[in-house]
Amino acid sequence: MPVEFDPTRPIYLQIMDSVKKKTVRGLHAPGAQLPSVRDMAARMGVNPNTMARAYQELEREGFVETRRGEGSFVTMDPAKIDDERQQLAESARRQFTEQIRDLGLTTAQTHELFEQIDKETRKQ
Amino acid sequence: MRIEVDNLWKRYRRKVALRGLSLCFEPGRVTGVLGENGSGKSTLFRIVAGVTGASEGTVRIDGNDVGVRTRGETAYLPETDSFYSWMSVGEQLEFLSAFYTGWDAVKARELLDFMRLTPGDRIDELSQGQRARLKIVAAFAWPSRLVVMDEPFNGIDPPSRRRILEALVREYRVDTQTILISTHMVYEVEGLVEDVVYLRDGQVAIEGRADDLRAEKGGSLSDIFEEIVL
Repeated sequence: MPVEFDPTRPIYLQIMDSVKKKTVRGLHAPGAQLPSVRDMAARMGVNPNTMARAYQELEREGFVETRRGEGSFVTMDPAKIDDERQQLAESARRQFTEQIRDLGLTTAQTHELFEQIDKETRKQ
Repeated sequence: MRIEVDNLWKRYRRKVALRGLSLCFEPGRVTGVLGENGSGKSTLFRIVAGVTGASEGTVRIDGNDVGVRTRGETAYLPETDSFYSWMSVGEQLEFLSAFYTGWDAVKARELLDFMRLTPGDRIDELSQGQRARLKIVAAFAWPSRLVVMDEPFNGIDPPSRRRILEALVREYRVDTQTILISTHMVYEVEGLVEDVVYLRDGQVAIEGRADDLRAEKGGSLSDIFEEIVL
C-alpha cells in the first residue's frame, strides 16, 4: 500500500484527517480544488468507495464543498479552517497530556519538554 | 454479483482442499480472500470461475448455478496465465476479444498504455511483472460483472505491483462489479479490500468488514493474518 495507515482506525477517518491537516498547514489553500475521488484513491492505493465516503463525510462537516460537474473544493470559510485547527490542536493536547500522565512526569519535567520542543521547532 | 457458497467440499485424490466452506461475497464490493498457500483460496476461485467442479456443496451467483451464463460475466485471472507464448501482445488481446461480450478495443489500448506494454511485444519475451500487468488489461477491457483474481501480486516486482493496484482502483466499476482477490501479500491490499475472509485448511477462519476487524483486533489485516497463520 503506497500510504501508511494506522491499522486501528477506519481508513476513511484517516483520509479525512489528512485532508484537514494539509489544509490547516496551508498545503491546500481555502477554496482549492481537491483531486477527484478516483485520482485520490489511486494515489493512495485505497478503495474508491472508501475515498468517496471520506469526501462525503468532509462535505457533511462542511469542510469540503462538491459542485456538480466541477469537482470537490476545500471550504472558503476561514473560520471553518480555524475551527479545525483548534480541534486538531486540542486532540494533540489531549494525547500529549495522557502520555505525560502515564509517564508520571512532574510539572518541571514537562516544562523542560516544552522548551525542547520550542527549540526544535525554531530550528526547522 | 452476490456469491453464496454453501457447504463446499473439494476432494482431490491425495488431499482435501475445501472442507465444508460456507460464506457469502457481497455484490459491488472488493473482498480479499486471504490465507496461506494450500488454504483453499485457489480451489475456491476455480470453482466460482467454473473451471472446476465441487465434490459437494453449491455455489450460487446471483441465484444461478455456476455455468455458461455466469462464466460469460466473469473475468477469471488464474495465478498462472494461459497466454500463448508465440503470439504478440496485440494478437493475444485480439484473440481474447472474441470470447468476451462487450470487449472494448479502445479501452484495451488505454490499459496497455497505462501498463506500459505495446501491442508488438512478444508474450514469450515478457517478464513476470509484464505478464501480470497484461492479465489486468485482459480483465478490464470488457465490462465483466465479477472479477476473480488469484494471487495477482505473486512473484512480481514492486513497481508492477503498484501499477496493478493503481489500475484496480482506477478501473473498478463500483456500481456494477464485484471483485474477489486472493493474496498472501496482505500488506498490498490493506487499503483496497472492504471485506475480508481468512481461510485456513479449507475453512473460514475469520470473516468480516476490514474496518471492523481492524478495530476489533486492534491491528492491520497483515497482523491478523500473521496471528492466524502462526
